Amino acid sequence: MKKEQQLKHLLWRTGFGPDVQSIERWMALKPSEWWPAIKKDAAGEPEYFNVSGNALDGFAKGLGELGRMERDRLDKEQRKKLRKESRDGLRNLNMLWMEEMVRSKAQLREKLALFWHGHFASRQINMLYQQQLLHIIRMHALGNFGTLLREVSKSASMLAFLNNQQNRKRQPNENFAREVMELFTLGRGHYTEQDIKEAARAFTGWGFKPDGTFVFRENVHDFDEKTFLGKTGRFDGEDVLTILLDQPRTAFYITQKLYRFLVNEQVAPTERIEWLADRFYRSGYEMSRLLDDIFTSEWFYDEENQGANIKSPVDLWVGLRRGLSLEMGSLDGQVLLQRALGQVLFFPPNVAGWPGGRQWIDASTLMLRLRIPHILLDDRDPDIQTKGDDDTDMGMGQSLERRRNRLQARINWEPWMKRYGNVSENELLPTLSAFLWQTPQSKAPRAVLEKHTVGSNSNGKLKTTVIQLMATPEYQMC
Amino acid sequence: MLIKRREFLKTASMATTALWIPRFLQARQPIGYKGRILVVLQLSGGNDGLNTVIPTRNDVYYRERPRLAISREEALAMGSEAGLHPALTGFKSLYDSGDLAVLNSVGYPNPDRSHFRSMDIWHSGSSAEEYWNTGWLGRYLDAQCIGCSKPSQALEIDDTLGLVLKGKDVKGLALQDPKRLYDTAHSPYFDDLAAAYRGPDSPAGRPDDSESSLGYLYKTMAETLSSADYIYEKSKARPTQAVYPETKLGKHFKTVASLILADSETSVYYLSHGSFDTHINQAGQQERLFKEMNDALVAFAKDMKANGRWEDVLCMTFSEFGRRVKQNASGGTDHGTANQMFFAGGRLREQGLLNELPNLTDLDKGDLKYQVDFRQAYSTVLKNWLRTDPVPIMGGRFEPLGFV
Repeated sequence: MKKEQQLKHLLWRTGFGPDVQSIERWMALKPSEWWPAIKKDAAGEPEYFNVSGNALDGFAKGLGELGRMERDRLDKEQRKKLRKESRDGLRNLNMLWMEEMVRSKAQLREKLALFWHGHFASRQINMLYQQQLLHIIRMHALGNFGTLLREVSKSASMLAFLNNQQNRKRQPNENFAREVMELFTLGRGHYTEQDIKEAARAFTGWGFKPDGTFVFRENVHDFDEKTFLGKTGRFDGEDVLTILLDQPRTAFYITQKLYRFLVNEQVAPTERIEWLADRFYRSGYEMSRLLDDIFTSEWFYDEENQGANIKSPVDLWVGLRRGLSLEMGSLDGQVLLQRALGQVLFFPPNVAGWPGGRQWIDASTLMLRLRIPHILLDDRDPDIQTKGDDDTDMGMGQSLERRRNRLQARINWEPWMKRYGNVSENELLPTLSAFLWQTPQSKAPRAVLEKHTVGSNSNGKLKTTVIQLMATPEYQMC
Repeated sequence: MLIKRREFLKTASMATTALWIPRFLQARQPIGYKGRILVVLQLSGGNDGLNTVIPTRNDVYYRERPRLAISREEALAMGSEAGLHPALTGFKSLYDSGDLAVLNSVGYPNPDRSHFRSMDIWHSGSSAEEYWNTGWLGRYLDAQCIGCSKPSQALEIDDTLGLVLKGKDVKGLALQDPKRLYDTAHSPYFDDLAAAYRGPDSPAGRPDDSESSLGYLYKTMAETLSSADYIYEKSKARPTQAVYPETKLGKHFKTVASLILADSETSVYYLSHGSFDTHINQAGQQERLFKEMNDALVAFAKDMKANGRWEDVLCMTFSEFGRRVKQNASGGTDHGTANQMFFAGGRLREQGLLNELPNLTDLDKGDLKYQVDFRQAYSTVLKNWLRTDPVPIMGGRFEPLGFV
C-alpha cells in the first residue's frame, strides 16, 4: 500500500495522476525505476498543434498588431470573421492540448508545460501567436530555462501582449522589460525602476512580422550605452537576458516557484530551495538537473508534501478524465467547466498567471468541483452560466458556451471492474479511498461514507463509492 | 429588534447544540456600519460615458460625433452644461430629488485598453503596473472580520465569483437565485460531510484547522452550506411586494431588495450589466441596456424608499473604461480611458455633478485624461460609507472625497 501511495504521489506531481488501466504497469517496476521511466516517456519532440488553418494568410492573422490605418482597410465583416476564427482557433487549441494532457505518455512534459503556460502567461486573442508560444513552451519545458526564456521573449505572443511593438527609441514602453524582471526572472524587489528604464531601452526594436517571426528593427533601437544591474555597455535585449540569467536570484526565483508547483505550495523551506537553486544555476539552468534533484530526493515523499496541493481546475479535470477513462461525446462543455472553475487555457487573468492554491477556491468553484462527479455519473447538465469575455465577444454579449454545455461524458467502468471487482464489500471503501485520495489524513468519517455508498449490488457499490470519494474535499488535493 | 416567535423557537431548539458549533458558524451579525449597504453595479464592456452624461454645450463633442451625438434637446438636462442619456429618465428623477451624484473623469494612470486587464485593475484596486490576487471588496471583508468570516456578508448576483469579492482569507458568495443556490449546494451527502466536520469530534473548532488546505476546503464547504441556508431563509422571510421589470437585471435587483428588507447580514451586493462594448451600432444597444438599467434601478429605489431603507443604501456604478471621443466608422466607439461613476442613495452629502465635465480639448491621443483616481472613489466609499480605514485595504493613501 505504501508503494502505491508513493507512486500516486509521483504520478500526480509529474503528470495528471494515475489511470486505472496503466497503474499495474508502474506497480510492476521498482520505485527507483519510476523516475527514469517517466523521463523516458517524456523524451522526444512534441507534436506541433496547428489550428490556424489556411483560410487566411499571416498578414490577416497579424491583424491585432497592425496600425490603425491598415486595420481600417479591412472591412467590418472581415474583422468580425477574423476574430471569430481566432476565438474558435483558441478553443480548438485548448481542446487539443487538453487531449494531449489526458492521453499523452509524455505526462511530465505536459505538466511542466502547464507550469510554464502560467509562468509565461500571455493573454491575447491571436491564435497563431498563441499556438507558436505554446509550441515553444512544450519544446523547451524540460530543456534549458535560458533557451526557453529567450525564445519566449522573442515570441510574437509575448512581445504583443507586453506592448514591445510600441517600444521605440524615441518613445520607450517599459511594460515588457518590467515583466521580464518582475515575473519571468528575478521577482519583485531585486531591481530598481532605473533598471527597468535601461532594460526597456535595450529591448527597443524587438518586434515581429505578421506571421509571428521575430524581427529586430534597427531604426527604432537605442544603440547608446545603458547601465543595467550594475553593468554598463551598449546592451541589446539578448545582453539583458544574459545578465538576468547571470543573477543567481533568477535561479532561486524559478526554483522556488517550481517547488511550490511540484512539491508543496504551502511550505517551501528556504535552505532546500537554495540548495536546489544553486545546483540548477551551476548546471546552466538545465531543467533536467532541477527535476532530477527534486524527484530523486527523499523529502519529496515526506508526508507533509503528500496531498498538500490544491488541484488546479486543469489538474482536476484532466485527472478525472484519466481516472474515469472518460469518453467525451463533445469537447465543448469542457471550456465552460474551465471557465466556471477559474482556469481557461490561453486566458490567464493577467501576465502574472493564475495565482493558484487557495485562490482556486470559493463557494461557487468548490461546490461545482464537488458536484462534477455526480454530473458525470448522471450525464447531467452542469447548469451554470459563466461571465462573458468582452475581449473576445466584441459586445456580442453573453457567453456562447451556454448553448452547448452538456458534457456528454461517458465513464468507462471496465478498468475499475477489472482491478476492484473482486474486492470484498467491506474492503471497498478503504481500498478505493487509498487509491483516489492523496491526503494522508481524511476528514470524512467512515460512517458517513458508508452511509452514502450503499449500492444495490457489488458493481453498483463500486461505482457509487468511486463517485462519492471523488465528490469530497479530499479529492481536490494532490 | 423583536425576535419573531418562529425564529425564537428555532433559536431555542438550536441552543443545546450551540455549544459545540464552531465560533465561525455561530455569530451572525452584519459587519457593515449601522446596517448600511453598498450596491455596486458593474457596467461591463466599457460604457460610453460621453453619451451617458452628455456635454450639451461642447462643440468638440458634436464635431467628433456627427452620427452618435445626442442633441441638447433630447438630453435630460442636469444644469446648463450637461444632460443625461434620454433613456435614463429615472436617473434624472433621482438627480432632481437630490439622490444622485456624478463623479466625472474617473480613471487611473497608464490606462489599459484590454477589457479584461482594465477590469482586473478596477476589481483589485491595483495600479496598472501591479497584479493583485485579491479584490478591493474582498480585502474589505478581510479587514472587517478576522476569524469570523461568512461569505454571505458580500454577495455577487451571478453564478461565478469575480475577483472583486475575493479577499485573502474571506471571500464573498456568488448566487443568481437563493433557491437555486440552496438546491445545488445541498445534497444529503454534502450535508452529512459538513455536519460531521462541524460535529463534536471534529477538528473544526481548532483555530489552526484552516491552516491546512484540506481544512480550508472543509471550512469553505461548511460555510457555503450554512450561508446557502441563511440566504434562502432570508429571501423567503420578507420577499418584496414591489413590481420589478422582468429583465435579468430587474430580477437581480429584486433579489437584493428582498434580502435587504429581511435584514440580511449582507453589506455588499455586486451586480453586473452589459455588454456595453459598442464598437458597432452603438445607439440602439446602449439605449436598450440603459433602459433595462434605468427601470431596474428605479424600481429598486422606489422599493427602498417605500420601506424606509433608501437612506441605508448607496448604489454606485462603474465601467472598466470609457470610450474614445471620436466615433468610429461603424456607428460605434472604440475603447477609451476615463469615465464617470454614478452614486445614488438617500444620504448623499453632495449631489449632482461633483466635478467638471471632461475636458475635450486636452486629450491624450484622442482619449480623456482622468481627473480623479478610481481608488479615491473606493476610499471615499470605504471611509465615509462603510466607515472603515481605507488605507490598509487600498494599500495606500488615496484622498477620500466628501460626497457621502
